[in-house]
Amino acid sequence: MTTQNNWVSVCSGTDLVDNSGVCALIDGKEVAIFKFKSANDEQVFAVSNWDPFGKANVLYRGLLGSVDDAKVVIAPLYKQRYCLATGTCLDDESVSLTVYPVRIEQDNVLVQVAQ
Amino acid sequence: MSSSVNVGSAQKTRIVVVGNGMVGHHFVDQLIQENAADNDTQLDIVVLSAEPRLAYDRVHLSEYFSGKTAEELAMTTPEYYQQNQVNFALSAKVVNINKLAKTVTTESGDVYEYDKLVLSTGSYPFVPPIPGNDQPHCLVYRTIEDLENITASAAVSKVGVVVGGGLLGLEAANALKEAGLQTHVVEFAPQLMAVQVDGGGGRVLRNKIEALGVQVHTQKATQSIEAGDTCRYKMCFADGEVLETDMILFSAGIRPSDALAREFDLKIGERGGIVIDDHCLTSDPDIYAIGECALWNNFIFGLVAPGYTMARAAASHIVGGELKFEGADMSTKLKLMGVEVGSIGDAHARTEGSLCYTYENQPLEVYKKIVVDAEQKKLLGAVLIGDTSDYDTLLQYALNDIELPENPESLILPAGEGNAPALGADALPDTATICSCHNVSKGDIIAAVDQGACDVGSVKGCTKAATGCGGCAALLKSVVDTELEKRGVEVKKDICEHFAYSRQEMFHLIQVGKIKTFDELLEKHGKGLGCEICKPAAGSILASVWNDFVLKPDHVSLQDTNDTYLGNMQKDGTYSIVPRIAGGEITPEKLIILGEIGRDYKLYTKITGGQRIDLFGAKVEQLPEIWEKLIAAGFETGHAYAKSLRTVKSCVGSTWCRFGVQDSVGQAIDLENRYKGLRAPHKIKFAVSGCTRECAEAQSKDIGVIATENGWNLYVCGNGGMKPRHADLFATDLDTETLVKYIDRVLMFYVRTADRLQRTSVWMENLEGGLEYLKQVVIEDSLGLGEELEAQMQNVVDTYQCEWKVAVENEQSRKRFRRFVNSDKSDLNIVFVEERDQIRPATEQEKQQLQAETADQLATEVV
Ligand code: SRM
Ligand SMILES: Cc1cc2nc3c(=O)[nH]c(=O)nc-3n(C[C@H](O)[C@H](O)[C@H](O)COP(=O)(O)OP(=O)(O)OC[C@H]3O[C@@H](n4cnc5c(N)ncnc54)[C@H](O)[C@@H]3O)c2cc1C
Ligand code: SF4
Ligand code: FES
Repeated sequence: MTTQNNWVSVCSGTDLVDNSGVCALIDGKEVAIFKFKSANDEQVFAVSNWDPFGKANVLYRGLLGSVDDAKVVIAPLYKQRYCLATGTCLDDESVSLTVYPVRIEQDNVLVQVAQ
Repeated sequence: MSSSVNVGSAQKTRIVVVGNGMVGHHFVDQLIQENAADNDTQLDIVVLSAEPRLAYDRVHLSEYFSGKTAEELAMTTPEYYQQNQVNFALSAKVVNINKLAKTVTTESGDVYEYDKLVLSTGSYPFVPPIPGNDQPHCLVYRTIEDLENITASAAVSKVGVVVGGGLLGLEAANALKEAGLQTHVVEFAPQLMAVQVDGGGGRVLRNKIEALGVQVHTQKATQSIEAGDTCRYKMCFADGEVLETDMILFSAGIRPSDALAREFDLKIGERGGIVIDDHCLTSDPDIYAIGECALWNNFIFGLVAPGYTMARAAASHIVGGELKFEGADMSTKLKLMGVEVGSIGDAHARTEGSLCYTYENQPLEVYKKIVVDAEQKKLLGAVLIGDTSDYDTLLQYALNDIELPENPESLILPAGEGNAPALGADALPDTATICSCHNVSKGDIIAAVDQGACDVGSVKGCTKAATGCGGCAALLKSVVDTELEKRGVEVKKDICEHFAYSRQEMFHLIQVGKIKTFDELLEKHGKGLGCEICKPAAGSILASVWNDFVLKPDHVSLQDTNDTYLGNMQKDGTYSIVPRIAGGEITPEKLIILGEIGRDYKLYTKITGGQRIDLFGAKVEQLPEIWEKLIAAGFETGHAYAKSLRTVKSCVGSTWCRFGVQDSVGQAIDLENRYKGLRAPHKIKFAVSGCTRECAEAQSKDIGVIATENGWNLYVCGNGGMKPRHADLFATDLDTETLVKYIDRVLMFYVRTADRLQRTSVWMENLEGGLEYLKQVVIEDSLGLGEELEAQMQNVVDTYQCEWKVAVENEQSRKRFRRFVNSDKSDLNIVFVEERDQIRPATEQEKQQLQAETADQLATEVV
């Protein structure tokens, strides 16, 4: 994997909000980017921003949390929970979000969007 | 057994059930189960009901007045009967029994054959033969139709009298009082509830009922009902006194509906009732009688639980089972107008050699008596007024012959040294009956738990315990919890998987531990990362205790999206904007500004149900700018998104209205400004009316204030919304200072002790001791908390800041409203169309159509 290979630099690390989400527009796609941060852990996730139940672009405004060990986002309109690592909706297994690879490099937030 | 069905024969046995009251229905349910359980016992069931509907919950009939509908009271449905092949006819009163031909005939002439006939005709209210008792506003209290008549009559009456001070009479009096009538109870005997309660208890009960504003007249024999002078009627008593009233409700006891049996020669008791044996068989071997029409051992049982036992015994006998009816316990525990009353066994100490212990606390109006046998080993009976917390324990002593402790009086004395501990669920034998309505023993509950039921709900589901009168619910819970704990199952009252605490406990941890952030709380007391339940709950508690800015970095991740963006998210992801318009008062200037903003940003504008203006359809990135303008014009946030004070509605009051007696608008504005921003377990609404006409609908609010000649009446814990509840009158004729003091205390006590998302109405209903307890805490300061609660409220008031003002002034929090971190574009999925000259979100279909049109247009432009 290379840094050029579809990895897009989206914003700076300080644009992210601890334990909350922001939204980026990449190639016309809305991508929700979440940052978990605690004393000994920091992790970033990126998923599609479209809420399949609410039918609106709002997932980045959801609450973050955990279900057992899975890190989740909770949809703001009707409260479905999605596993951020897999995109699966925990309340309806037939529904899932697109998961985008994401990482932070030298304070740059990089997201990989397939072509 | 000669009279049992010949099991195995192909011929179906036809059972005709006359009457579909609670007991008749329970009987039918037993037969349905027999049919389901054993294919050989096929029973053909026919139900004939004189009422126009199938069985409903008569025990909870009074809840009809507090908003329950006939559907909600129903115990079954036509569909359920049909699915189970139960034939039924409604409004089908049986008027003839032909014992030889084995048929019954209804009023309309339909004839039904039976192999076995079951009479469950219940009873009817006794109306004393007083001249004038047949006038239009002289009513009884037994069926849904009766309640409809009472409601209609109450609507055109000011004063109401209940004749009869028994259990039902007091319930009826409560209904009249709730309907806003000036209420009287007229009783022939020297005391109230003479059947269940002794003289001492009756006296305390009377005091308490009178303190609630119901006038009690004992030893009064009504001689005639005549036309009144100031009211519709005048009741004339034997002692020469009179009482004026607009309506009269007879509740002077019940009489068994035994007319059919009487007329068609079944054996009848001397004072009425169809005589039955232990199988509930009447004097005819093919006719049974169950419920309130039946007389067993010369006794009529006027409660559901014994009726249900009869239903089971009769059903069992029909299919050749062993179950018998061998009498029933008549103990009762109830709450009348918030007054707790309990009666167990031999309440009047009629057993020979029996001895009593009595405890009375006059200041608190609590009365407790126990009756024990001569050896002081067994509990025979008890009377409890004002405090029934010992009821479960005492009942179990009585029912299970448990040996009394050395000092039996310790069972009813207030907690102190040397007291006998309450009988825990553990101390009960497995045979102890927990639910007498459905005959569920402790052993049955243990079996259910062993088979995998792991909470109260599932035990209820499989045993039916606590689904009758509901009186056993607390005991059931403690048995289930104890059994689960014994099996090492943790009994959960936790708010979610991250915190093993209730909201109340979390409040305590935060306050006592001086915890200021969610991370700190999680680290010290929780696990995992939190969720949509614990985060907003913690956020709300942190705000109530410390009142920090909600968008402070430490708190930002806690808030549900509405709190984070300080607006309510609408279905398409846009937001609504609701500035505070305290008391509903607004200057023309400010109205113009709202109009200008609505017009400039093309927002949909609407007057809300809360007397203010809502602007819909703002995009997230527009919010700070719009609010900046609003704030510059002197508006502030209306907290429409928060679990906090919403609106204080007002009526125009004495300033303009010819009836107003106080300045309700001024008071509403002051109250709204005092409590705005207070974070609470749920939203809080107030209203202030300028006189008793109540144009502001204060009695449907969490806090309602109604002006009087002398000050303000305070109402608490009302609710509109999903389950409306009238607010309770809390205190009268208060000056403003005391009014504010009481509201401070009530609200802070609510904030401290309520569950998450519990409105004040539900909180009050679950509050042990109810309204009286809240009055003690707030008015009498019984917990010594008063000043602390006030100080805590004052702190919230003093540290108030408009969240939107802070948000727009702070660069960091303004950044939160950027739609994209890497672009200035807008969300293309937000599309509006016009309707009635304003915008509204486009439907999916409209969006597709619009997209197709723009594509077409682009194509033509290119060409
Ligand atoms: C805007 C408004 C309707 C309107 O156009 O008139 C409204 C709109 C909403 N109401 Fe309401 N309620 C509005 C007055 C009421 C009233 C009337 C009143 O306040 O006098 C009631 C009944 C009174 C009461 O609450 O006791 C009311 C009972 C509810 C309930 C049921 C509460 C309950 O305890 O049963 C909910 C649901 C909830 O809170 O869980 C609710 C929830 C909502 C929500 C928040 C639903 C949601 O999550 O989207 C709506 C969004 C508001 C928004 O976007 O701004 N709304 N809602 C009214 C705003 C009043 C205001 O100025 O703040
Ligand atoms: C307001 C109120 C509160 C109560 N509270 C409690 C309580 O807290 N706890 C408690 O244990 N009990 C309480 N009771 C008593 C309880 O409701 C009764 O014990 C129970 O309903 C009796 O059931 P039943 O089926 O025998 O009679 P009912 O419920 O009276 O049913 C008899 C049915 O038979 C019908 N019927 C009569 N004659 C004929 C005929 N010839 N042909 C066809 N149908 C006929 C009647 O119309 C009626 O529908 C209360 C009662 C009332 C009214
Ligand atoms: S409640 Fe009273 S003061 Fe207020 S508007 Fe109505 S009549 Fe007038
Ligand atoms: S005792 Fe009536 S429901 Fe259990």
